[in-house]
Amino acid sequence: MRRLLHDIALHPFLTVMAPLFKMLEASFELLVPLVVARMIDVGIAPKDGPYLWRMGALLVLLGVVGFGFSITAQYFAAKSAVSVGMAMRRDLFAHIQTFSYREIDAIGTSTLMNRVTNDVNQVQNGFNMFLRLFLRSPFVVLGAMLMAFTVNARAAVPFVVTIPVLLMVIFVILLASMPLYKKVQQQLDRVLLSTRENLLGIRVVRAFARQEEEKARFRQEAGSLYRRQVFVGGISALLNPLTYVAVNLGIIAILALGGRRVDAGDLTQGEVIALINYMSQILTELVKLANLVILLSKALASLGRVNAVFETRPSITDTGEPVPPAEDQPAVSFEDVGFAYAGSQEEALRGITFSVLPGETIGIIGGTGAGKSTLANLIPRFYDCTSGTIRLFGQDIKTLRPSSIRAHVGIVPQKATLFSGSLRKNMQWGKEDATEEEIYRALDIAQAREFVDSKRKGLELPLQQNGGNLSGGQKQRLAIARALVGQPDILILDDSASALDFATDARLRRAIHTSTQTMTVFLISQRVSAIRGADHILVLDDGRPAGYGTHQELLASCRVYQEICASQNAGEGAAAHA
Amino acid sequence: MRKQTDQAPGGRARTLRRVLRCIRPYSGLVALSLALSVLTVALTLYVPILTGRGVDLIVGPGQVDFSGLLAVILSILISVLITSAAQWVMNHINNQITYHIVQDLRGRAFNHLQELPLSYTDQHSTGDLISRVITDIDQLSDGLLLGFTQLFTGAATIAGTIFFMLSIDPWITLIVVLLSPLSFVAANFISKRSFAMFQRQSETRGELTGFTNELLGGIKVVQAFNHQTQACEEFDAINRRLSEFSLKATFYSSLTNPVTRFMCAVIYAGVAIAGGLTAIAGKITVGQLSSFLSYTNQYTKPFNDITSVLTELQNSIASAARVFELLDAPPAPAEPTDAVVLRHPKGEVRLEHVDFSYTPEAPLIQDLNLSAAPGQRIAIVGPTGCGKTTLINLLMRFYDVHSGSIKVDGHDIRQLTRQSLRTSYGMVLQETWLRSASIRDNLAYGRPDATDEEVIAAAKKAHAHSFIMRMPEGYQTVIAEGGGNLSQGQKQLLCIARIMLCLPPMLILDEATSSIDTRTEIHIQGAFETLMKGRTSFIVAHRLSTIQNADNILVMNQGRIIEQGTHEALLEKNGFYAQLYGSQFASED
Repeated sequence: MRRLLHDIALHPFLTVMAPLFKMLEASFELLVPLVVARMIDVGIAPKDGPYLWRMGALLVLLGVVGFGFSITAQYFAAKSAVSVGMAMRRDLFAHIQTFSYREIDAIGTSTLMNRVTNDVNQVQNGFNMFLRLFLRSPFVVLGAMLMAFTVNARAAVPFVVTIPVLLMVIFVILLASMPLYKKVQQQLDRVLLSTRENLLGIRVVRAFARQEEEKARFRQEAGSLYRRQVFVGGISALLNPLTYVAVNLGIIAILALGGRRVDAGDLTQGEVIALINYMSQILTELVKLANLVILLSKALASLGRVNAVFETRPSITDTGEPVPPAEDQPAVSFEDVGFAYAGSQEEALRGITFSVLPGETIGIIGGTGAGKSTLANLIPRFYDCTSGTIRLFGQDIKTLRPSSIRAHVGIVPQKATLFSGSLRKNMQWGKEDATEEEIYRALDIAQAREFVDSKRKGLELPLQQNGGNLSGGQKQRLAIARALVGQPDILILDDSASALDFATDARLRRAIHTSTQTMTVFLISQRVSAIRGADHILVLDDGRPAGYGTHQELLASCRVYQEICASQNAGEGAAAHA
Repeated sequence: MRKQTDQAPGGRARTLRRVLRCIRPYSGLVALSLALSVLTVALTLYVPILTGRGVDLIVGPGQVDFSGLLAVILSILISVLITSAAQWVMNHINNQITYHIVQDLRGRAFNHLQELPLSYTDQHSTGDLISRVITDIDQLSDGLLLGFTQLFTGAATIAGTIFFMLSIDPWITLIVVLLSPLSFVAANFISKRSFAMFQRQSETRGELTGFTNELLGGIKVVQAFNHQTQACEEFDAINRRLSEFSLKATFYSSLTNPVTRFMCAVIYAGVAIAGGLTAIAGKITVGQLSSFLSYTNQYTKPFNDITSVLTELQNSIASAARVFELLDAPPAPAEPTDAVVLRHPKGEVRLEHVDFSYTPEAPLIQDLNLSAAPGQRIAIVGPTGCGKTTLINLLMRFYDVHSGSIKVDGHDIRQLTRQSLRTSYGMVLQETWLRSASIRDNLAYGRPDATDEEVIAAAKKAHAHSFIMRMPEGYQTVIAEGGGNLSQGQKQLLCIARIMLCLPPMLILDEATSSIDTRTEIHIQGAFETLMKGRTSFIVAHRLSTIQNADNILVMNQGRIIEQGTHEALLEKNGFYAQLYGSQFASED
């Protein structure tokens, strides 16, 4: 809510104008029954035709003025809501950019996307409707009651009873049905999940010949959805009949009370009609209000979700010292480092100690889930380690500014992510003002030059979203090239050549080795052949260090490494043959 | 993207007829609902007349007919009570009809998905199919519900109002009937104008969503390259454009209400003047004038309702067309009535002169011949796209061969029941699929009647038992959607355990251990050995080390078998296989 108020405060003028003009319009509408009452009492009873024409003209004039006010109000409401939506969307997107991996993992990217797009739209629409209707309806309701009292205080008593009753009916029904609607939505999600799951596993379902069971399962979910929908539908279908009864009881009371007043001579026939008209106006407005409440509750739910994102504070902020110049210090050193993911009891990494000098290459090997990628993500400070110390060029990484670290560290994850746009634009992610030569040099090292040239579009080669027009291996090579363009001091290849065949992978490693003498390289892989030439090899097993040394040392001493080698042993033999 | 044909009037009418056919089973309820609707409308319109009559009994001091007033009040009370009860029952019936139809349609769509050939589901994205079963049917239900509740009621209200107005005074009625289409026309004019703006808005919104999806999807890369500022700037540019269109679209569309209200005010003034003059002439009473005025106030509402229902219905029909398109997709050919049930097959598999392709333009498998003796282990290797997975699709009869035949134990598989053929194979794919249910239920997917002991024994054989026991609730742990709480390797182990429990007579392993690290693979290799003993097995693997002891290695390239033999024989031959094998282990020196 505070966020919304803040965005509204940016344009106080716009925001105030819409409800103001709405109220002006409504006041003119409230005058109509009075004019009609005058027509009946002053025009018809004494048979004054010209008076009727004058009053009729007055009605049209009221309509014209109301129309003008109303259009003005609509414009300001739209303008204000759109401005609020735009500001909120911009701030939200910018806020998400400050999150560290920890927050991104916790919320999930698909959720974040929904917040920025759908939820902000809901808020914008809801706010627009709020400005247009929410103030108008109560104003008309109260105004109609006030007008009724000015007509005749004693005959207006039914209003005092009817309005609270109406409000209560609406309130109770909304209160009862909203949680039920939520349940309907949840059940619909389950139906969706069933369909999705079935489609994704369609081969397995058929392989096990389980179609009939799947159908039964789906029937059950769909049946449950039906029951919930009909149940909540039955409750909300009470709204119209009940409000209708309440208002007509009010009209009956006006007739009964009004009859007595008119008989006594302190109320006219026209005024009775005016009172009845006010009562009908109230009904129309309250029904609108009820619909609006449903719409607003959706917008409020969206606003709540948007706010939850705004309230999430990044656990790592972009503050701290710049990375110090490389002197006689190890480029990266881990001192008894441990790390646990948020919400997890078990440490994904523990007791990791090693250090690498500038220009050295370190290989990290281990099975699935051994913690290799986790370790890689600690170096650019995507996560902060939970115990021990990591140093870059001798400085504790927690004192360094993340953006400065990332300018010095290039990381290529296993899943190559490219963005729609030209190849040049993608390559310049690594260095904003990278020249053609710099880019081509990086493409050369990454073994990507050949296929880029074969497409004959040079750096203007258009890439589709997520590199849809490239093969997995091509994407990986471009992702490596993109990291190389920035000429980082530290390069981390996190299983980033997994889609390359062995020969290309080998050429790639050789090229990196020969053309980047001072670069510290982390090679993370499951393949022994990829890391056996590294200066140091760290063997990880289930998050713990299982060995550290050169290929030969580990072959002699490390049981896990021996097993990994043995499992890929055929390769060793073949390589020796070849 | 909706197809143009769905929008064509002929197609639309056909779709509408089919929607009506779906309603037919509920025609009794529909008739009841319509009857109640007529009753509700008639009574709702009758009340203003009663109120007007009440007003006429209150003329002035000393001129109030109290006993008459009491009678009027009683009539109003009774009408109102009946109306509300009828209205509720009608709404309830409408809900039942609509949601029943939705349930029927969803059930039919889902059942149909189970019968469709895989060529259909492979060609359509999962998202598209889901949106047909969920979103489109939902849209249809919204349209139906609105159609039921408002279309008929609206029309009845218009007709009823005109009838009641005519019964009071034809001339004033004429004024209303002549003037009211004005507001209708004006509203239509505005909605046509704002439609263009809405389209620009939704295009730009689509652009923004695309950008957001791409940049937030790759947010970790954005951060790794310190690209946040540029990302925000680009976002802002699209955002600004969006808000320009949004402003126009919102403003134009929000003009409808003021315009209709204004038109309504004009008609109201016209009726007040004409009615007043008629009253002076003594042709109608003041009470009748008041009834007239309240009709005028209500009269434009059904027009607006009908307009919004019609747009909603248009969307619904487009959605219905998409649903019907799914339902019309021809199901896989029915089994012949004399289909043979394959029982305890020995596992002799022969492929004779098999031709197959997914699209006629790109022939894939041509004249493929292969024979596997019972218990043999057949490995299939070759570069990506050579047809390995296609071969499995054919063996499982996910797709039918174009020519030639596949025989199991001498039966052409097209003569066998699909169920008995498929359950004779145990299949482990690279793409692991588990459902969001407990681990136990997942393992017992192929044999729901398995005992706990059997399930645990299978899990132990697949080396999955120890990590399952480390899960918070062991075998009862519920797997998150998409297996979110498991690693890829763990999911693969569960899929292997699932097969270990079924012990089918033949096996298909398509990259079954690709996500398991080589050390664990060695451990479960033993289990696979036991499993494969005496069972005809087809193994696809890119790690050649895992298939060296196969009885027969098929080397495929471009849909053909180019070499076959044992590992040693193929190395000896020094052909494609030997090359593939060598490249896998090329070292850097």
